[in-house]
Amino acid sequence: MIAFWIILTGALVAITCGLLGCFLILRKMSMVGDAISHAVLPGIVIAFLLSGSRETLPMLLGAGATGLLATFLIEYFHRRANLQTDAAIGVTFTFLFAIGIILISVFAGKVDLDQDCVLYGEIAYVPIDLWVTANGTILGPRPVYILAAVLLIVVLFIKLGYKELKLTSFDPAFASALGISTALWHYLLMAAVSLTTVSSFESVGAILVIAFLIGPPATAYLLTHELKHMLAITVVLGVFISFAGYWMAYWLNASIAGCMAVITGVCFAAAFGYQRARNMNKARMSEGLPPAGQAAG
Amino acid sequence: MIIHTQEPILEVHDLTVSYSRKPVLWGIDFTLPSGCIAGIVGPNGAGKSTLLKTIMGLIPPSSGFVKLFGHPLEEVRNRVSYVPQRESVDWDFPVSVLDVVLMGRYGKVGLLRNTGTRDRSIALDCLDKVGMSPFAKRQISQLSGGQQQRVFLARALAQEADIYFMDEPFAGVDAATEQAIIGLLREMAGTGKTIVVVHHDLQSARTYFDWIILLNMHLVAAGPTEQVFTEEMVQQAYGGRLSLLSQVGDVMEKRAFPSRES
Repeated sequence: MIAFWIILTGALVAITCGLLGCFLILRKMSMVGDAISHAVLPGIVIAFLLSGSRETLPMLLGAGATGLLATFLIEYFHRRANLQTDAAIGVTFTFLFAIGIILISVFAGKVDLDQDCVLYGEIAYVPIDLWVTANGTILGPRPVYILAAVLLIVVLFIKLGYKELKLTSFDPAFASALGISTALWHYLLMAAVSLTTVSSFESVGAILVIAFLIGPPATAYLLTHELKHMLAITVVLGVFISFAGYWMAYWLNASIAGCMAVITGVCFAAAFGYQRARNMNKARMSEGLPPAGQAAG
Repeated sequence: MIIHTQEPILEVHDLTVSYSRKPVLWGIDFTLPSGCIAGIVGPNGAGKSTLLKTIMGLIPPSSGFVKLFGHPLEEVRNRVSYVPQRESVDWDFPVSVLDVVLMGRYGKVGLLRNTGTRDRSIALDCLDKVGMSPFAKRQISQLSGGQQQRVFLARALAQEADIYFMDEPFAGVDAATEQAIIGLLREMAGTGKTIVVVHHDLQSARTYFDWIILLNMHLVAAGPTEQVFTEEMVQQAYGGRLSLLSQVGDVMEKRAFPSRES
């Protein structure tokens, strides 16, 4: 049962992150996910200090606020100061993350948080964090419910805004000419990334969130040339990575989040190898030679 | 020399545009009649694309205004089509040719709704008009430059607009495609559509366009081609670039007396 909850948590995070990540990499802003996942730290600490609890709602509000603040700052530096996006991202998120760390160390006694937890998370504790109702019924791990709700929101968002997200990613100028606000969809996407990051970081940590945001979509991008297939492959990969990552950690007795991130990298490498082999075969075919596999056999 | 038209379909009034406080277009003021193919012509950095983007509301003007069909753009967006520069998008984006053409229908279907079978048949129709039907299912990454341009054109056609703004539709396409495109534009103009094209080739400008907007940060001339596209005006637009001046003279000569060459 413990394995089931952990794999389910991993899969939920992987799917949610992956779906949003597809649009991030197509917009050439993968590292924005990195920025947001770090920039939420001060928001979380401030929300904790103000509310005095680790309840989900204040955490989400605080983190969502600084996550969006980070995207506003990145856009602002990029547009107003003509700074390259990657430089704007680097300046913004390290600054916000550092504020978070200072807040934690200053209020060390009062804050039930530490940097390690934020960066690496601890997915193994998910099954312990149970949701118990007033009359004592145990409904299962709390994070699973939160993550499932976030996944539902993200799926609805992508389903309803699919054509706007696709068009503003592919051709922003044409989208604006049609009267579709590129800024609105940019910030909606960023809000969704913030929400996802915040709800996921507690269980899987910021680094695995980044791995899930970029790894599966980048792998899917190599395997297909159709956006819908890319989203579908990302979902399948997310489930597979969570499953394989858990069992790898089980056998090696190692960090679960770490193993999931490693499996993500292995999947990408495999897809890269496959794509190279396919392209070489295509090149051989066009020269009238048999594919490499057949020639060898 | 600026010649205005009586019943303008497009009115650009005293438009000034600046990038970070540096003006790139000064006091642009012209009108266009309906059913014409107009060329925006000028040297590199003259602000041709900027003018188009400002008309499309993509860049806010510092002063002045634009009216289409006598209204501001927001009220008539459905009747206006825009073809961005081909290089402005990522052609490795995972969509098919038909997907791109269907994007032309997005403005018509509205928010949160999806394109239907009618939109699909319109899109296929438009692909047919540009001779790209066999490529409908093709990934856009597999297209040549000329094919990419024709896909963009098909997407614009799918908008079923009354006025079309095209940014460099002839850049990087071969002669055959260029002829096919200009043929299609003439056909459209014949049915009363107005087409505004950013163009930088002086040689072909005279034959392609029946209205010329000659630009070099200031408006040098605007009006019917035979009246405003004179050597004097072109030299004024390209002035200061001495190496170019003699070439400009050559071009004008060849065009004015085509019999000399044969």
